[in-house]
Amino acid sequence: MADQLINQVMWPLIYILCIVLPLVIAVAMFVYWERKVIGWMHVRMGPNKVGPGGVLQAFADVVKLLIKEVILPTKANRFLYYLAPLIGLVPALAAWAVIPFDGRMVLSNANAGILYLLAMTSMGVYGIIIAGWASNSRYALLGAMRSAAQVISYELAMGLCLVCVMVLAGSLNLSEIVNAQAGGKGLFDWFWLPLLPVFVIYFVSGVAETNRLPFDMAEGESEIVAGFHVEYSGSAFALFFLAEYANMILVSFLSAIFFLGGWLSPLQGWISADAPGWIAWLGAGGFIWLFIKAFVMSFFFLWFRATFPRYRYDQIMRLGWKVFIPIAIAWVFVAGLLKYYDLVSIGVGA
Amino acid sequence: MNPQTLQLICFYAFSIVTVAAALSVITLKNTVHAVLALVLTFFSAACLWMLLDAEFLALALVVVYVGAVMVLFLFVVMMLDIDLEKMHEGFVKFLPVGVIVAIVMLVEMIGLIGVRAMHVRDLGADPAAAAGMSNTAWLGQALYTKFLLPFEVAALVLTVGLVAAVALTLRERRGARYESASRQVRVDPRDRVRIVKMDAVRPTPTAAGEGTAGESKP
Repeated sequence: MADQLINQVMWPLIYILCIVLPLVIAVAMFVYWERKVIGWMHVRMGPNKVGPGGVLQAFADVVKLLIKEVILPTKANRFLYYLAPLIGLVPALAAWAVIPFDGRMVLSNANAGILYLLAMTSMGVYGIIIAGWASNSRYALLGAMRSAAQVISYELAMGLCLVCVMVLAGSLNLSEIVNAQAGGKGLFDWFWLPLLPVFVIYFVSGVAETNRLPFDMAEGESEIVAGFHVEYSGSAFALFFLAEYANMILVSFLSAIFFLGGWLSPLQGWISADAPGWIAWLGAGGFIWLFIKAFVMSFFFLWFRATFPRYRYDQIMRLGWKVFIPIAIAWVFVAGLLKYYDLVSIGVGA
Repeated sequence: MNPQTLQLICFYAFSIVTVAAALSVITLKNTVHAVLALVLTFFSAACLWMLLDAEFLALALVVVYVGAVMVLFLFVVMMLDIDLEKMHEGFVKFLPVGVIVAIVMLVEMIGLIGVRAMHVRDLGADPAAAAGMSNTAWLGQALYTKFLLPFEVAALVLTVGLVAAVALTLRERRGARYESASRQVRVDPRDRVRIVKMDAVRPTPTAAGEGTAGESKP
């Protein structure tokens, strides 16, 4: 009884903490990195006062947010108002359960991993919608409406992109999808090459789904002040912030897993395993590669933010429905043909 | 605690939540609350399916109904300005009709269950587990081999329904002004802006110290 309890409750709990705690720290560091990068792109310094080089700026902000009062607007729906940030955050964290960091390091090696991810990411929008409705504010409601329309549209494109990945990999399991990208041709064995348009669509849809610039219709500081979280302050706002950044890092990891070979080395197959020392290590896969790829992908989020002006609402809808979805549907057929005629090598054996 | 007991406890917990949420859908006064209760109903139904090892169906339910259909529902309900007093006006008037419909449905359901119980068949073991595959893989293989024709016909019927819905609601508005995105993208900046090249000229100082007088702050 006791050791069963330890095996079935304690260890998963420890694993979950091993994922969530570094994730929260990563969010804090990512916020700092974002402000620095955008500062450099604007020819500014970025935060540089708190701690060496400003590293502790994000933690100072967290402390500031936590000691602030959470204000309840007049006539707001008290229960839903306080529930919304949690509904936003929980799916953002729960989605991390199926991420394989390595061949063996995965919390839940679920068979229907992709479906689980789609389910979790689509539930995150409830946090935004409920927040917008419960705060009894015009701006917040407008932000919620925009966000609902946008997430629905881009989720379809995202799902179709994932269909292409499933067709090639022949599995919904994330570890098997990464293994299907193994081979002897280095980084040309990964799915980004046969699925190049889909890769672009997936990442851009991911940017849209996380409500990041240039798709931040839900916030739109210059039009609807801050959209759905305009009435939130203190720690309630911090939860929305945490969810948004956790989702950004998640999309970066997912792009790396689906299209950039996950934990596989970009030099796989080019370096023989009996090469000396660190050269052999370069050819072997490991979670460090996944982190590097995810870091590069997450840099694109910051780059986009500093580069592009915000889309208009009708432009976003047009891009999603008239450009992304048709291309993604067409590429499902292309992927089917590639698979049928064995034009893409799947896994090491093929 | 053995796994069976835990599963039973989970089943009853999820069932209670499902039934309670479904009841609150029809009893809650606030429409937005009712829609959220419906979301909870779907979600706990998905949990129940998950207990039955039907992971594909459970996740598909969450993706399709919770993630898409109910979001649109919320979208519409939040935009509606519903007069609750007016809605409750007809309650007594429509009550007899509602009760009759409910009774007929109940009798039909009980009859169906009775007929099914008479022709009771052993469903056998879980075919996915028997084939040694995951639920999703087995379902996919069954749908695309054994049930290919019904599956494709269903897809076609849905597509026809979609086209019909669009055709019914799409109205060509006269005089509406649309922007053509491709024309916008193809715009040549030289048609819109004239760039004038001018040499930089240093203003000649009229007197000492007054050279920058025009630029200085008031």
